[in-house]
Amino acid sequence: MFRNQYDNDVTVWSPQGRIHQLEYAMEAVKQGSACVGLKSKTHAILIALKRAPSELSAHQKKIIPIDDHVGVSIAGLTADARLLCNFMRNECLNSRWSYNKPLPISRLVSMVGSKSQIPTQRYGRRPFGVGLLVAGYDALGPHIYQTCPSANYYDCKAMAIGARSQSAKTYLEKSLDVFSDCSLDELVKHGLRALRDTLPQEVDLTSKNCSIGIAAKDTKFAILDDDEVSPYLTLIEGEERSVRQAPEEPQQSMEADDQSAAAAQPEPVPADAEPVDESMDL
Amino acid sequence: MAFSDMMSYNSMKQPLQDYQAPNQLHFNPYDFNGGTILAIAGEDYALIATDTRLSQGFSIHSHDNPKTYPLSSKTVLGCCGFHGDVLTLTKVISARLQIFEKDHNKQMPTSSVAAMLSTILYYRRFFPYYTHNLVAGLDDDGKGCVYSFDPVGSYEREVFRAKGSASSMLQPLLDNQIGGKNQQGYVAQPLPLERCVTLVKDVFTSAAERDIYTGDSVQISIITKDGIKNERFPLRRD
Amino acid sequence: MALSGMFGRDGPGPLWGGGPTPGLFYNFPGSRNTSGMEAKQVTQSPVVTGSSVLGLQFKGGVIIAADMLGSYGSLARYRNCPRLLKVNDTTVIGAAGDYADFQHLSSAIEQRVIDEECMNDGFAYTPTSLHCWLTRVLYNRRCQFNPFWNTYIVAGLENDQPYLGYVDKIGMAYEAPSLACGFGAYLALPIIRDTMDKKGELTKEEAVDLIDRCMKLLYYRDARSLNKYQLAIITKDGVDLRGPIVSETNWEIAHMIKGYE
Repeated sequence: MFRNQYDNDVTVWSPQGRIHQLEYAMEAVKQGSACVGLKSKTHAILIALKRAPSELSAHQKKIIPIDDHVGVSIAGLTADARLLCNFMRNECLNSRWSYNKPLPISRLVSMVGSKSQIPTQRYGRRPFGVGLLVAGYDALGPHIYQTCPSANYYDCKAMAIGARSQSAKTYLEKSLDVFSDCSLDELVKHGLRALRDTLPQEVDLTSKNCSIGIAAKDTKFAILDDDEVSPYLTLIEGEERSVRQAPEEPQQSMEADDQSAAAAQPEPVPADAEPVDESMDL
Repeated sequence: MAFSDMMSYNSMKQPLQDYQAPNQLHFNPYDFNGGTILAIAGEDYALIATDTRLSQGFSIHSHDNPKTYPLSSKTVLGCCGFHGDVLTLTKVISARLQIFEKDHNKQMPTSSVAAMLSTILYYRRFFPYYTHNLVAGLDDDGKGCVYSFDPVGSYEREVFRAKGSASSMLQPLLDNQIGGKNQQGYVAQPLPLERCVTLVKDVFTSAAERDIYTGDSVQISIITKDGIKNERFPLRRD
Repeated sequence: MALSGMFGRDGPGPLWGGGPTPGLFYNFPGSRNTSGMEAKQVTQSPVVTGSSVLGLQFKGGVIIAADMLGSYGSLARYRNCPRLLKVNDTTVIGAAGDYADFQHLSSAIEQRVIDEECMNDGFAYTPTSLHCWLTRVLYNRRCQFNPFWNTYIVAGLENDQPYLGYVDKIGMAYEAPSLACGFGAYLALPIIRDTMDKKGELTKEEAVDLIDRCMKLLYYRDARSLNKYQLAIITKDGVDLRGPIVSETNWEIAHMIKGYE
């Protein structure tokens, strides 16, 4: 990793108007294994790729139930995700306690946004290193939300996060129009195909490395693992993968910035006065 | 003031009560809303019954307010007494159960529900939940079990127990019919479900005749390995 | 000798008559007590009170009514007190008991409704959620021995289904197809229940007539009531808040009442 003098703390701006610590945190999400979320008119589903850190260990859980109507899949630091999930569970319980109502997904996500924002603006703190895909069903129907360490959150029709998620996004973008009228099976098939596109050629989805989360009206958020996934995997078995996609995700702009900063090392002081190289890929 | 004074001429000259000092109402945080619950543990089933009347003093608030609360596919809570505490207690329990379920990825077993309820009740030892509680369900071996509680958390596992306003009428009958008390030559044998249900209907019908806080209808929940089945049986509505 | 000459035989007089004595703890008027042991005043009894509230469900809606009297003990003190609060287009609450507590909670509710509108996310209070919230608030206050001295009736529509909920000052709550509090529970509710049992589902007109009959009855029999009431009808078209309504009463037989002089 390259270093520059503007990335020591999250409270420090770079002269380009960026906060490097935040961008590093966003990178942490890309280290996590991929998750895909998509929705039809009736369902919101999550499909996640599970990793086993070693042959000796089990696959790490990727989809976490929050409440009867909502669940999340995570990419990034699992420990941070657990803290956020506990927070979300608490908020959902509070809503049921005070109003006897499931917490609307939009409000849940905005609470996560507000919570994540605090360590992005305080000296000596670090942003959450995890991205979430939130799938839920409330009075307004199914929802997929994406949240970021930068405290941004987005209401999505479909989204993918994590390692090599660009390939899944490409698939999702291509078939975006058909999702809304899909049956649950069709929707899961699309999700599995999108997730499979993130895998290297020699690896395939198995019932061990894949889990599915389903949110729907009047049913508990369901998580399918192991044998429960197999029937869905057989649905897409033998299908051709999408045309082999981009080599790797294009390196993010931050890298370029780092390089230029590193090249200029030691940067002449004062940095603020230094004219920014506008040719950089921003 | 003695009764004779009240009837005397002097008392007639006193102004009406209304015009004396404004009368002070004292705040009482408790009330009694009636209701009776009854639970019986069978060999492979548990049964818990409740009447559906909610009352306060001489008014009936609701004819349709069963006091049993399903907690999971094999546990049902019966809870009656002060209805405000009942509402809060059942909310606390369901929140705690949800936390448990998410943390442990399974439903809480009946024996643990009972242990948890005991600590929840004792937590309010010095401002108690004024509730009579029964937990009925299947234990880890699939056998029927009943736990009964006092309002501050003392509890024990039993085979049958009645709680609530008509409990003192039901319990002796159950002691005799299920426990075989005061019967000569009684041979203990497992109670079949059908006989158990008829017995419950009979004891509730009798209790509704004598207790004004019990009536309207009885709801019987039968817990077996296949889940919970509910049944209603009408009682007198006055 | 010199000392006694200066102060007289009994030594110096008090430093500050009626004031603080050195070495003791004092609370000066207007200053805050830091000991944390100060007695706190809580509501021990209601002051200005409202009497009954009636509510009943009919086909496709709910109706709720309360008269407009604010009594001060037995004195009919305020004769124009609205006791119904329109929360939004699907929810109305009616309050009996202490009028100040109702006003306090009304402004809290109104503020929450504004806050929620500001979120602009398509969600709003529903009768069930408001009823649940009120139950929590009243139960919490009861546990602090500082109750809101009210009984609330929450009326509204949720998913096009009529809803009626009751909460009192100790957090006792339930829902039913017809509700009444105060004297209404003794005088009007039996008539409402009887009518609903006999006729089955009422029409809106039948419901309004029944409410008028019951409000009139309460005016005749409940000494803390007034012949002027408000009425809210909640249907899928929104809230129709009517009133003040003055019903026609008949006191012709009043002169025959004897023996109370």
